[in-house]
Amino acid sequence: MNQEEQVKLMGLWGSPFSKRVEMALKLKGIPYEYIEEDVYGNKSPMLLKYNPVHKKVPVLIHNGRSIAESLVIVEYIEDTWKTSHTILPQDPYERAMARFWAKYVDDKVMLAVKKACWGPESEREKEVKEAYECLKCLEKVLGDKLFFGGETIGFVDIAADFIGYWLGIFQEASGVTIMTAEEFPKLQRWSEDFVGNDFIKEVLPPKEKLVAVLKAMFGSVTSN
Amino acid sequence: MAQNETVKLIGSWSSPYSLRARVALHLKSVKYEYLDEPDVLKEKSELLLKSNPIHKKVPVLLHGDLSICESLNVVQYVDEAWPSVPLILPSDAYDRASARFWAQYIDDKCFAAVDAVVGAKDDEGKMAAAGKLMECLAILEETFQKSSKGLGFFGGETIGYLDIACSALLGPISVIEAFSGVKFLRQETTPGLIQWAERFRAHEAVKPYMPTVEEVVAFAKQKFNVQ
Repeated sequence: MNQEEQVKLMGLWGSPFSKRVEMALKLKGIPYEYIEEDVYGNKSPMLLKYNPVHKKVPVLIHNGRSIAESLVIVEYIEDTWKTSHTILPQDPYERAMARFWAKYVDDKVMLAVKKACWGPESEREKEVKEAYECLKCLEKVLGDKLFFGGETIGFVDIAADFIGYWLGIFQEASGVTIMTAEEFPKLQRWSEDFVGNDFIKEVLPPKEKLVAVLKAMFGSVTSN
Repeated sequence: MAQNETVKLIGSWSSPYSLRARVALHLKSVKYEYLDEPDVLKEKSELLLKSNPIHKKVPVLLHGDLSICESLNVVQYVDEAWPSVPLILPSDAYDRASARFWAQYIDDKCFAAVDAVVGAKDDEGKMAAAGKLMECLAILEETFQKSSKGLGFFGGETIGYLDIACSALLGPISVIEAFSGVKFLRQETTPGLIQWAERFRAHEAVKPYMPTVEEVVAFAKQKFNVQ
């Protein structure tokens, strides 16, 4: 493969957004060079060049051109490499549903969880309820399917990587509980299958390191 | 879903997001029944609440038994369910990713900037918000120049995904300009976008139903009780 065709990914070790892209690349069996970016410290000239608008990761570089925004990148990967693992269904309606729920995870769920875990104390009860309701919605959408994508990991599963792995860690680091196995048996089962998948587990960041960083960044809000 | 199943669109005359869905349907010459929600922020019909229980917003596309929500989702769905020309999303994967990136920029950053201008409480706040909106539009101008490659639309010769995405900004910006007396789309800073807006409004797939600047401003004045 010549230099131009080589895939590079600029990412952040602990970021669920960054990991979405790695998951898609691994599932599709696409080799890539990973470049860790010190996003919160010193942003590299390379990052500022390839994502001047947002100056964030992940950024995928392919054929000398860059693509930013994790779900845009995942769709690009799906469009570009036609392998046996498909991330989005063929049917237009199924695709629309996948995009809808992926956006729901981004716009509603992640924000609600963050506010619930680390927002102001006065808002905590309200935010926990909001996050709980959002997750209940996803519990219903998942239903009895193995994955949101059906038999295999798909677009919504990748978008919901935060719920599969980071949510438990957020809960541990912050001391706030939103999702329990008793209240969310389907999401619980899904998250175990998701993180147990060989391609997914290969890219997940170490739990202890994440807990330590989160506690340092946000502090624990309840005593435990 | 067969193409000849009934198509209905629940929208709102004044909603910039509804506009996106209508443009997509008209570009593809899809026959549809338009169901207007006249005052969607105050009163929502049973059908809307049933078809979009999560967000309770317009537009909602009803295709046979199926309902599709979120304007950009509707546009992509129309492109994929009616794959005939004209293509709305570009055919090249990179160009598609670029169009999606900028559509998201419009929805996340540009609309946030518009909302900040509208919601600013004092002069200092207004200045800061206006500055941010100008910045966004300058970035969009640059994107337009690169994307259009000298042709009339973000999509090149014809209206494409990014044109449709960007069109949603036109109504809100007209209202802000009328209320504040400040021009945000200007010949000196956004010459490409000004001409693009005229071209877009005049397009045969848009003109029959896109509210004019006067109509949108009159509606906003009535709604916010402003002279």
